[in-house]
Amino acid sequence: MSRLRAGAKIALYLILSLGAVSMLVPFIWMLSTSVKQPNEVFTSGGGLSFLPAHLLWRDSVIGGEKIRAWWGNYPDAWNEISFLRLYLSSIFVAVVGTFGQVLTSSMAAYAFARLTFPGRDRLFFAYLATMMIPGSVTMIPVFVIMKHLGWINTYQALIIPGLFSAYGTFMLRQFFMGLPSELEDAAKIDGSGYIGIFGRIILPLSKPALATLTTFTFMGFWGSYMWPLVVTITEQQRTLPIGLRYFVGQHATNYTQLMAGSMIALIPVLLLFLFNQRYFVEGIKLSGIKG
Amino acid sequence: MRHKQRETLAAYGFLMPNFLGFMLFTSIPVVLSLIMAFTHWNIFKAPFWVGLENFTSLLWFHRESGRLVPNDPFFWQYVYNTVFLMSGIPVGMAGSLIVALMMNQKLKGIVIFRTIYFLPAVCSGVALLILWKYLYNADIGLINKMIRLAGEQVYRSKLTAIPFTAVCALFFGVTATGAVGAILSLLQWLAGKMRFTWREGLLRVLTIASGAAIFILIGAFGRGFYSGVSGFFVNPPDWLGTVQWAKPSLILMGLWGGLGGYNMILYLAALQGVPTSYYEAAEIDGAGPWSKFWAVTWPMISPTTFFILVMSIIGGFQGGFMVANVMTGGGPAGSTTTVEYYLYQTAFEKFNMGYASAIAWFIFAVILVLTLVTWKLGGRVVTYE
Repeated sequence: MSRLRAGAKIALYLILSLGAVSMLVPFIWMLSTSVKQPNEVFTSGGGLSFLPAHLLWRDSVIGGEKIRAWWGNYPDAWNEISFLRLYLSSIFVAVVGTFGQVLTSSMAAYAFARLTFPGRDRLFFAYLATMMIPGSVTMIPVFVIMKHLGWINTYQALIIPGLFSAYGTFMLRQFFMGLPSELEDAAKIDGSGYIGIFGRIILPLSKPALATLTTFTFMGFWGSYMWPLVVTITEQQRTLPIGLRYFVGQHATNYTQLMAGSMIALIPVLLLFLFNQRYFVEGIKLSGIKG
Repeated sequence: MRHKQRETLAAYGFLMPNFLGFMLFTSIPVVLSLIMAFTHWNIFKAPFWVGLENFTSLLWFHRESGRLVPNDPFFWQYVYNTVFLMSGIPVGMAGSLIVALMMNQKLKGIVIFRTIYFLPAVCSGVALLILWKYLYNADIGLINKMIRLAGEQVYRSKLTAIPFTAVCALFFGVTATGAVGAILSLLQWLAGKMRFTWREGLLRVLTIASGAAIFILIGAFGRGFYSGVSGFFVNPPDWLGTVQWAKPSLILMGLWGGLGGYNMILYLAALQGVPTSYYEAAEIDGAGPWSKFWAVTWPMISPTTFFILVMSIIGGFQGGFMVANVMTGGGPAGSTTTVEYYLYQTAFEKFNMGYASAIAWFIFAVILVLTLVTWKLGGRVVTYE
């Protein structure tokens, strides 16, 4: 695009800043509420303050009134819904699920892209056709299958149905098709088997595609809401989003604690994003191109 | 021959884990779901075949004292809700494109803006929905606090109250006049198509008259207008708790979350892919920024627009579950229950698996039709290089 005049530049900065403020204000409000005294939230009327009335490092008594330290809501929220357990559950499900899905998808994609076998194109077409089917169609029967296997309220139910993905297979197959075949031929002459070619040539050459699929699969598992809600019953099996949801159910009006809990849930995601931002943006671009 | 067999064997080996999942979690469930849609089944007792009954009670109508009444009135209300909530899609797309156009300028610190605008998208999930439920709270939510504060600042003194009302009147007057003008110019365009010759003069008179009428009306009902506006500021609505505000509130929240998100990044990538030589050629032809956008940018990014539109439609029609489940419980009075949330309630709260499967196939059918229609229309408009 062409260069901008100074006036246009200032106007653009103004508009962008206005937008940025409206993006940030809710987050700032969340942060500020999470360090307020529990009763401070309920001073209705015009009282609108982003700064908490007290910011103390220790619990103290001021004028006969007990004032909590600013961080007081955080340990409360942490203990209230056993965040540690939720985090470990979520991480376990997301890591195992992502690893499994990327592995099965890349193996199938290798077979579809690089090997010939009877019925290949028809099977691939069947895969493509199922990509149109919305999750709500398969969810109920898969739930019934889980119930028959006795897997309701287990990690298997959270992970195993997510191990297979037609979309991931399709995406990697498209990428594998574009790889040059010279290296593969050379490896064949050197006597490598199919597993050797897959592990030592195809996978290392496909790092960008694998990274994109890994990122999006991980985010899918991490944010997955409806399925975990359906197949988990007890607190022990819940993932982070489900735990947070029940937290709201139990503490509908305890906003300082709710905001502290939400902060605890968001901070790691935020940090991960801020440090891998460029990588993340590239992934989105890659995912949109083949669409 | 021997080599061929080995290759086939290896291929089946590589496919096996994925294929098992494909059978167990996609193919067989699709068939099961189709069968279930023709049964009554509460998963505790054995299912029994009911033929088309689920579909007729879901989609069909019956006569009640001479009027046609849907067999499941709730369902059609929820379809309406879903479509209503989807009306945010074009607005959000336009917003994302505008943000992407701004982000595409060579400005210092633009990366910081991009990060900030992307924050809501990366944080999406239950935590953000909890935050928005709090923001929309009628008594202690940030939004109503800000509205009340603005009202107090403005209405406390007579000095600011009257000018403020005048500004409001001017704003609403101009907006309403603009809307009428837009409708009239549409009529003018239609009249042009039908070759009326007197259209221009008449429509110009009509535009001016309607604009004047709006201002006269605002003047005549000034008192009512004043108290209406001030009432809003003194006692702002319970956003998620009233039927008429709940859906617009959710759409607004979606816009906030989606403006700088995935769609914006996709648009940005598309904009960066437009060759600068095209713009230079347009400039030589004497094109200004406006005509450069419509002649070069818009057609060049049309595949991205098309992709985003199709994906949004597919996602939109089966959306709204998490929002309803976390924030509103589908209420008030079912006004935020989407089809997907109805499916969840039917299947996992009432354990009516057959009926829920019928709803699922309805969702599939609608998505399929919408995608095909978009595809057909898009084929004419989209330019691929």
